[in-house]
Amino acid sequence: MDKNILLDIHDLHASVDGKEILKGINLQVREGEVHAIMGPNGSGKSTLSMVLAGAPGYTVTGGNVDFHGKKLLELSPEDRSHEGLFLSFQYPVEIPGVSMVNFMRAAVNEKRKYFNESPLSASDFLKLMRQKRAIVELDNKLASRSVNEGFSGGEKKRNEIFQMAVLEPKLSILDETDSGLDIDALRIVAGGVNKLKTDRNATIVITHYQRLLDYIKPDFVHVLYKGRIVKTAGPELALELEEKGYDWLKQNENQD
Amino acid sequence: MSSLSQYTDIYRDHRATLDSHSAPVINALRPAAFDALKGKTLPDRNTEGYEKTSIEEMMAPDFGLNINRVNIPVDAAASFHCGVPNLSTLLGIVVNDEFHPVGTLESRLPEGVFFGSLAKAAATHPELVGRYYGKVASLDSVTTALNTMLVEDGVFIYVPKGVALEKPLQLVNIFSSPTPLMAVRRVLIVLEEGASAQLLVCDHTQDSTQQYLSSQVVEIALSANARLDYYDLEESREGTSRCSSIYARQEDNSSLLVNGMTLSCGNTRNDYYIEIAGNGCDTLLAGMAIASGHQHIDNNSSVNHLGSHCHSRQLFKYVLDDDASGAFEGGIVVNEGAVKTEAYQSDRNLLASTGAKMHTKPQLLIYCDDVKCSHGATTGQLDQEALFYMRSRGIGEKMARTMLMQAFMSEVIDTVRMEGLRERLHLLVEKRFHGQESFCGDCMTSCAAAKKQ
Repeated sequence: MDKNILLDIHDLHASVDGKEILKGINLQVREGEVHAIMGPNGSGKSTLSMVLAGAPGYTVTGGNVDFHGKKLLELSPEDRSHEGLFLSFQYPVEIPGVSMVNFMRAAVNEKRKYFNESPLSASDFLKLMRQKRAIVELDNKLASRSVNEGFSGGEKKRNEIFQMAVLEPKLSILDETDSGLDIDALRIVAGGVNKLKTDRNATIVITHYQRLLDYIKPDFVHVLYKGRIVKTAGPELALELEEKGYDWLKQNENQD
Repeated sequence: MSSLSQYTDIYRDHRATLDSHSAPVINALRPAAFDALKGKTLPDRNTEGYEKTSIEEMMAPDFGLNINRVNIPVDAAASFHCGVPNLSTLLGIVVNDEFHPVGTLESRLPEGVFFGSLAKAAATHPELVGRYYGKVASLDSVTTALNTMLVEDGVFIYVPKGVALEKPLQLVNIFSSPTPLMAVRRVLIVLEEGASAQLLVCDHTQDSTQQYLSSQVVEIALSANARLDYYDLEESREGTSRCSSIYARQEDNSSLLVNGMTLSCGNTRNDYYIEIAGNGCDTLLAGMAIASGHQHIDNNSSVNHLGSHCHSRQLFKYVLDDDASGAFEGGIVVNEGAVKTEAYQSDRNLLASTGAKMHTKPQLLIYCDDVKCSHGATTGQLDQEALFYMRSRGIGEKMARTMLMQAFMSEVIDTVRMEGLRERLHLLVEKRFHGQESFCGDCMTSCAAAKKQ
């Protein structure tokens, strides 16, 4: 039996500063699936993730996105989060003066409020933090620090996956989560993502390199080029790209 | 015509009354103050340093002055509303300009320490008060001369040589009057050699419907190796105007922290004059200003380095919302001979609405080589990237903004060294940004409850 469709992107167009970046994206993601989106620099990979998360500065000029029955593009960024969308940022933002603990408490309780649940008690919250920290081996010391402030590259990415673990999203978009990671950090981050995988949630891995896909096995690999998905195949496509680079695709595309 | 004349007229007509309610040491300076005002006008927007705040306009209304010291009944419940935990501080309340000890204050003060009415101290210890009164403040300032000419009572704090006050002192200023009132307040703080103290001043308006004006002059004299932490917390209403000047003089190796925090106000002008006369001194002048509605807050600082090997830092932060307006003019002067000075100044401001306005003017005058100085001022909006990051984690826009504004202020709050006050301030600021009224009273209560546990 077919799994439920979680995300259905139909002919999505978006522009930044009046320049069209996404030129008609079509993508379906079902529960339990892992999709990889690859592509050369400037092809629109990050724009796609920012548009899905609802970042200001990105204008949707056409198409629609259905997220388990909700019109995603009509929701505020916070409601997209509450409905189960999570974006692991390529560049996690430093927020001096806001402690990780307060940040996560606000995130958890705002979500509970959205679903008419009472806030977590202090002890339940701390227990949750402890539990989820273990998934990405995040140091307790970081919890008392300001959000991402003074974190190393690896700590920032682990912190993203930690937040993902706490919020338990239906759909996670990992935007270049492998960038700036050494091999040990990569293994921990990928391990965390795999531990959180169930047959009810899904993951979109946006990456430039095949490397991360050795750890997070995709079911589908899409190539994004000039704002459109130009090729979709199984995991073997990633290996092919690694070997041949993107030039052969560009040539094919430009001949069309 | 300047409205200054209505005040000089009062002096001319009621000098004997003023004198009779005060003490010779205080009365002795009145003629000089009166002379200093001759030919002067109250500063207005054409006066250098007052471009954004007109004292002329602030003082033009016909406020009543209670020079005959008519006994205005104080609503004890209202003053107690502050819920100040008696156990944690040595508390005095100033109603308009009159000092009232709270509880067993006098018996709990260590030997030789004075914390009470300035007029009384000037009568019983004229030699001591006379040695410092009017010596740190300058009559060159029109508002200070006005205060000196009209003051009847105030507060005197004296900590003798080598005495370290363990418990913080707390002074709560409140207004009580059925009619518009001007309170002329004066505080003299003397810390002898090696003495140390912490003081929290809470400036409140209980009644939001009444018009009040306070003229405040604080003089701080720090002898060698003395150390004072001075926290000035204003939580007043839109009908209140405040014209405050804090003067400090530091002798060798003394340490001074002044933190002026405006949680809410009407029309406020704060002047800070810090004279670093000795060598090896440490000075931290911090300020936090939160204003919304039509509130106006203007801070003007002057840190004057005379001694060598001194370190001063100024940190001012504003968050302005709605149609609030703010101004900051900050000065550092490093005089000839003040070698190895390190003097820094930073003014950072957030505008939370398109109607809010901020004017900032940092100034740095250096007449000496071999010094390290810097100043910086920025005014901007909330970090949009941080805001989106928080929203993407499910934190609603309103709460995310509040958290970011709070975070912005935490740098100023973290300069607070008084036990318990720092946490209390975090809470006060949080409540303030959540738009809660009478936040101070609530907070004090919960703080008192926390203390009991």
